Amino acid sequence: MRTFDYSRTQSTAQAVNTHAAPGQSFYLAGGTTLLDLVKLDVMQPERLVDINHLSLKQIERLADGRVRIGALVTNTALASDPLIQEQYAVLSQAILAGASTQLRNKATTAGNVMQRVRCNYFRDGVSPCNKRQPGSGCSAIGGHNRSVHAVLGTSDQCIATHPSDMCVAMVAIGAQVTVQGPNGVREIPFADFHLLPGTTPWLEHALLPHELITHVTLDAPIKDSRSAYLKLRDRNSYQFALASSAVILVMDGQLITDARIALGGVGTKPWRALEAERVLIGQKADLGLFTLVGAQAMHGAKTYEHNAFKIPLGQQVVTRNLRDLTA
Amino acid sequence: MTDTKSSDKSDREVVTGVAPSRRNFLKFGVSGIAAATVSTWIPESVIASQPAPIVDDEQAPKVGEQRVQLTVNGQLHKLNVPANAILLDVLRDRLQLTGTKKGCDHGQCGACTVMVNGVAINSCLSIALQHDSDKITTIEGLAQGDVLHPVQEAFWEHDAYQCGYCTSGQIMSAVAILKDPTIGTDDASVKEAMSGNICRCGAYKNILAAIQSARGKMEGKV
Repeated sequence: MRTFDYSRTQSTAQAVNTHAAPGQSFYLAGGTTLLDLVKLDVMQPERLVDINHLSLKQIERLADGRVRIGALVTNTALASDPLIQEQYAVLSQAILAGASTQLRNKATTAGNVMQRVRCNYFRDGVSPCNKRQPGSGCSAIGGHNRSVHAVLGTSDQCIATHPSDMCVAMVAIGAQVTVQGPNGVREIPFADFHLLPGTTPWLEHALLPHELITHVTLDAPIKDSRSAYLKLRDRNSYQFALASSAVILVMDGQLITDARIALGGVGTKPWRALEAERVLIGQKADLGLFTLVGAQAMHGAKTYEHNAFKIPLGQQVVTRNLRDLTA
Repeated sequence: MTDTKSSDKSDREVVTGVAPSRRNFLKFGVSGIAAATVSTWIPESVIASQPAPIVDDEQAPKVGEQRVQLTVNGQLHKLNVPANAILLDVLRDRLQLTGTKKGCDHGQCGACTVMVNGVAINSCLSIALQHDSDKITTIEGLAQGDVLHPVQEAFWEHDAYQCGYCTSGQIMSAVAILKDPTIGTDDASVKEAMSGNICRCGAYKNILAAIQSARGKMEGKV
């Protein structure tokens, strides 16, 4: 394992300043992605800036009804928080559907947002990979591209899925990512935080150099809504999604008056299905309708050699979630 | 190495200095016990190897090192470690707490599970420096003297292992789960909560039985 410097920081400003010093720095929170990838030599830090002592571990309801989550709130703490379980069931369920108990105990909210792709060609450290080595090519296209490779939002440069479950729930709920950098504090809409690979797959998020995520603030819960996360995978636990859906619904009798749908495991970023929501809103709950909504959610999908099954699976993970949530 | 060698002073010290228990057999390899009987194939270096005494660092850290305080199984250690020293490796190599195992070394198997401030984590995905002032419990810290922890006892009674390599990680996760009021007590909840601990021998059925049995004992129901 390569050597690096280590700096323990006591304030956000100190963390940002330390990160901005010469040399390649990474912020260290839980470390479950970072240290994994440092061991593989895929991430090559010259310095780790430890932010674990910053006061970013609170979950607070703001006066306007939104809920502000500190960057260092662990996945376990967020999923088991009574406010989250009651008002944002889909978020709690999504977090608990991901990783293992031990990893969730350590992984943080901001770290989950920042986690890297699970594509084996990215992780192996040697295959051509445009994320790891810009311009080297994409080994997954034409290679093994079954489980962690996308059918939505891909490009001819990269087809890796975004691996997070938590982020799929967050993009359905709607949120703002608060970041602090050398030039102050700003907010980034959650839906704009993760970038499509396009022609620059090595650019994965909207952070500017040295910016640190300090909070994720969820939109106020939709009144009288119900929500659920459904995840389909190769084994029943501790496995990344082949396809997953986060659904939030508001119903007046059998009439669906508002809806949010997002997908995981099929897209190169946490995937909000806005057109599918439009097909659903204003209609009466019905399995035939849900099938149409599922098809709309996967509209425009492009398959690769081993992952064509993700189109019907993505349709079904939406349809089934809608069916169960309206039952 | 010869038969003559096997009876010299250093070997006798190993045999008499380390009582032949199952724990020591596993911890020090075959040296302590086998040297007395099977002496022809064990390298001398192995027979002569004794665990070095654990010594805290008194001096200031060298270039490339930093100071860290870890309270492990109730004992405070002050160590100088490089920034890239992984918690698992510090526990095993520096503090000689080799009950915690290195499996995948990437947070995928759970063999390295320890408790930090009462919470189970993968010790392979932490650097030691990020745990300054933390309280760490390893498998060695569960028993009270010669009295096994109820979960250890239950794993023994239920034969909840075959090769045993994953067992300390399984037990640490189980202890944490049994203390966690947010985790359901039904079999499905326990299986889900234990899914970060892989057992290649496939002892899952007995592991589950052991955990549920220990739950009963700890609640005084059995």
